[in-house]
Amino acid sequence: MSLTDVATQIIVILLLALLVGTATTIVRMRDLWAAVMLTGIFSFLGACWMLILDAPDVAFTEAAVGAGIATVLMLATLALTSREAKPPPEFPILPILVVFMAGAALVFGTFDMPHFGDPSAPAHTHVMSEYMNDTVPDVRQSAAHRDKTHDEHDDSQHSVAHHGVGVPNIITSVLASYRGYDTLGETVVIFTAGIGVLLLLRGRRERRDVEEDEG
Amino acid sequence: MKQHAILRVTSKVLIPYILLFALYVQFHGDYGPGGGFQAGVIFAAGIILYGLVFGLNAARIIAPPSVLERLIALGVLIYTGTGVATMLAGGNFLDYTVLQYGVFDGTVLADHLPQGQHLGILLVELGVGITVAAVMILIFYSFAGRERSR
Repeated sequence: MSLTDVATQIIVILLLALLVGTATTIVRMRDLWAAVMLTGIFSFLGACWMLILDAPDVAFTEAAVGAGIATVLMLATLALTSREAKPPPEFPILPILVVFMAGAALVFGTFDMPHFGDPSAPAHTHVMSEYMNDTVPDVRQSAAHRDKTHDEHDDSQHSVAHHGVGVPNIITSVLASYRGYDTLGETVVIFTAGIGVLLLLRGRRERRDVEEDEG
Repeated sequence: MKQHAILRVTSKVLIPYILLFALYVQFHGDYGPGGGFQAGVIFAAGIILYGLVFGLNAARIIAPPSVLERLIALGVLIYTGTGVATMLAGGNFLDYTVLQYGVFDGTVLADHLPQGQHLGILLVELGVGITVAAVMILIFYSFAGRERSR
């Protein structure tokens, strides 16, 4: 094991320990303002952890949404409620039981999951290898490919399967091209969610204004 | 927050770079990490920071809610419009390969545009980015606006 591996292992263990520590602190905390700040820190640690797992795209999202926007939204919500959580009942047997059973089921589920980076994992054996093979070589021969496409001018019906996407970031090419339908669906979900939230929040305020006018 | 000089000055310096970084993530997403969603969120974060420091009304002037509401729909329209354009050019829905020589054939543009796939990805990511940024900013407006109405 080289020195870099040892260093990575130490960082991984430290990060995971910090994640567990932050989560435990959030659960035990009654001051909601501090809890919101800690959830931001939790998201940031999660982003660092995903970076170590070679998933910069996900880390990006986690840092921007989890640590940034979600924290701001929760702070804005705190301004509408109290800053202290209600004290829990003496010894909540039923909730503890439910939490432990759900946790045990999740841990049991991980036994069937492939190891990290396992080449025989289902995610890597299906169409993924085709995607990766088609995308990467086209990057290297990008210029040549372009000239070729130009020569075959009349043959405008090239399909993705034969020519690949030609975009270096495989994640982007899978998201936007190979899985373009799915991403369209996700965009429509964001659209619908945004409209829904706006209608709910705005509708109530206008109704209150009307009541005030009547009263 | 008129008395927080350090916050105001620092965020004034930072916000242009946050917005620029969002554009970088948006249009560089095919080479580096990131893409439309991340770029939209970062762009929204820049505007939200402006709103937090300089007040909601100042943010509403630079990013008016009425414009943002239209942008939500515009993003989805750009995405589906790209799909419809590929269909009109003779391909399948969202099959970007036909874009370069199908839509812009015979024009000067055809030789200067990126490859069809590349172009299609840029367009749909732009759609995703616009929708995400507008939704995030509008949700922030409505959360922060409720505080004042009480």
